[in-house]
Amino acid sequence: MSHIVEKVVAGDVRTVARLIRDIDDGMPEVREVLKGLYPHTGRAYVIGITGAPGVGKSTLVDQMVAHLRKRDKTVGVLAVDPTSPFSGGAILGDRVRMQRHSMDQGVFIRSLATRGHFGGLTQSTRSAIDVLDAMGKDFILVETVGVGQDEVDVVRSAHTTVIVVIPGMGDDIQAIKAGILEVGDIFLINKADREGADKTLSDLRLMIDMDQKKYDRGSWKPPILKVQAVFDKGITEFLEEIDRHAEYLATTAGGLQTRGTRDKVSQELGEMIKARLIEEVIDRLTESGDFDRAVESIVKGKTDPYTACENLVFPILSSSP
Amino acid sequence: MMRQKRRVRVMVAKPGLDGHDRGARIIARAYRDAGFEVVYTGLHQTPEEIVEAAIQEDVDMIGLSSLAGAHKYLFPAVVEFLKERGADDIVVCGGGIIPDDDIDKLKEAGVKEVFTPGTPLEEIVNWVENNVKPRQD
Ligand code: B12
Ligand SMILES: Nc1nc2c(ncn2[C@@H]2O[C@H](COP(=O)(O)OP(=O)(O)O)[C@@H](O)[C@H]2O)c(=O)[nH]1
Ligand SMILES: [Mg+2]
Repeated sequence: MSHIVEKVVAGDVRTVARLIRDIDDGMPEVREVLKGLYPHTGRAYVIGITGAPGVGKSTLVDQMVAHLRKRDKTVGVLAVDPTSPFSGGAILGDRVRMQRHSMDQGVFIRSLATRGHFGGLTQSTRSAIDVLDAMGKDFILVETVGVGQDEVDVVRSAHTTVIVVIPGMGDDIQAIKAGILEVGDIFLINKADREGADKTLSDLRLMIDMDQKKYDRGSWKPPILKVQAVFDKGITEFLEEIDRHAEYLATTAGGLQTRGTRDKVSQELGEMIKARLIEEVIDRLTESGDFDRAVESIVKGKTDPYTACENLVFPILSSSP
Repeated sequence: MMRQKRRVRVMVAKPGLDGHDRGARIIARAYRDAGFEVVYTGLHQTPEEIVEAAIQEDVDMIGLSSLAGAHKYLFPAVVEFLKERGADDIVVCGGGIIPDDDIDKLKEAGVKEVFTPGTPLEEIVNWVENNVKPRQD
């Protein structure tokens, strides 16, 4: 395991690519590797990009990579696309917009499929970020799948969360109001070459200004920018806003702790405990055969699922591992 | 981290200047419907770019599509670059407008199978299921 850690830290592309696959596939062996990598993480600046399909997230990521490379920064990209609920397969097409960077040794791009995970990311994204971080990437850009309006898991992993909308998305702006508004650090109106950008801008501004009291008390006020990703317009200004946000995080009370704020860490640890508990419990129950026996009794009408569940779970909870 | 069955990951790529992408898109969709994760690279890729992307994506197979006649150079070039990068465990197959005479030469060069127009999608998908296994190590 330690040689994998060494290779990741040395930036070996094939090792990193394979490790991310192993994380995605839930190989238990990767836990030790991730433990070994953790001391090498905490350096990268993570930017989450979310917004409905087709608003231009991938195009934007492509331009961000180009600009960051001009600043001599290395970049990792994680781009999430949805898994088909029917076949379990997925078409991962974000890369199409970013392929010009594929020969650049300072850039690592990986497409991920949701595999039934909700929240806009994959189960593996948090750990994949750590891998790219340990690999030495200065910036990590995470493009979410962006289908619904409550898909903001990325907030927990990102230093800066960017919400992308396009002109004429009146209803979507309403939906943003319902949930995402609070989590956006920067709002982008992409495709500003199209009609209605100024209207969208004033709609958004109105909503953000409603929290003016919060900003007066020193909270970050999300800037709204018009950009044209495909024409490379407004990207420099956008990256300057990211710099400004990073500066804000570094200087405010919470601070830009390398390990994230208390809130983020506690949420993440909570998620990890949940996932691990479920996994361990199901593993034990299937190995002992108790799970199958319980299913059998329910099918035969000998017991009900509520009782069966208690009979399975309680003994485990009262025993030590 | 729930242990899952390894998924087959493949890449569908369009090497060279050929702009015919209908076939490539249809193949990508057929692969998805068969349960594979399919990375699509888009048009106008050099063999080096395809190989580098395939390594970053840790795919088990690269499927190349060519309808403009440059397959004779482009397909073997992909195989060569994979070897150079120590990634020749990645299977290469291809399809498009490819004369019978060329198919044998491509196979000699390391392209594992070639599918020409009219091949039923089922056959194309079955071939992957029989010849491409998700990485086990
Ligand atoms: C549609 C078409 C176009 C469309 C393309 C639309 C698009 N976005 O794809 C348009 C009108 C744009 C076009 C333009 C041109 N075309 Co054109 N086009 C065709 C046509 C009629 C059909 C191609 C097609 O879409 N077939 C349907 C798909 C599903 O079939 P397929 O791609 O062959 O895929 C099947 C198999 O080959 C295989 N397969 C293919 N790829 C892969 C990949 C993998 C991994 C696998 C497993 C299998 C596989 O599986 C598929 C299912 O069975 C063909 C003639 C023909 N009968 O093939 C000419 C043809 C390909 N075109 C040709 C030419 C010359 C051109 C042009 C240069 C100019 C012209 N004369 O029109 C331009 C250049 C475009 C460019 N930038 O490269 C020639 C190519 C000659 C050659 N090989 O040297 C052809 C053969 C016509 C001819 N007989 O002259 N074309
Ligand atoms: N008119 C216009 N189109 C754009 C702009 N940015 C991106 N697009 C196009 O929007 C489409 C979707 O872009 P993509 O990046 O794939 O969106 P995603 O689904 O959010 O990742 C593509 O055809 C892009 O070329 C822009 O600034 N103006
Ligand atoms: Mg995208």
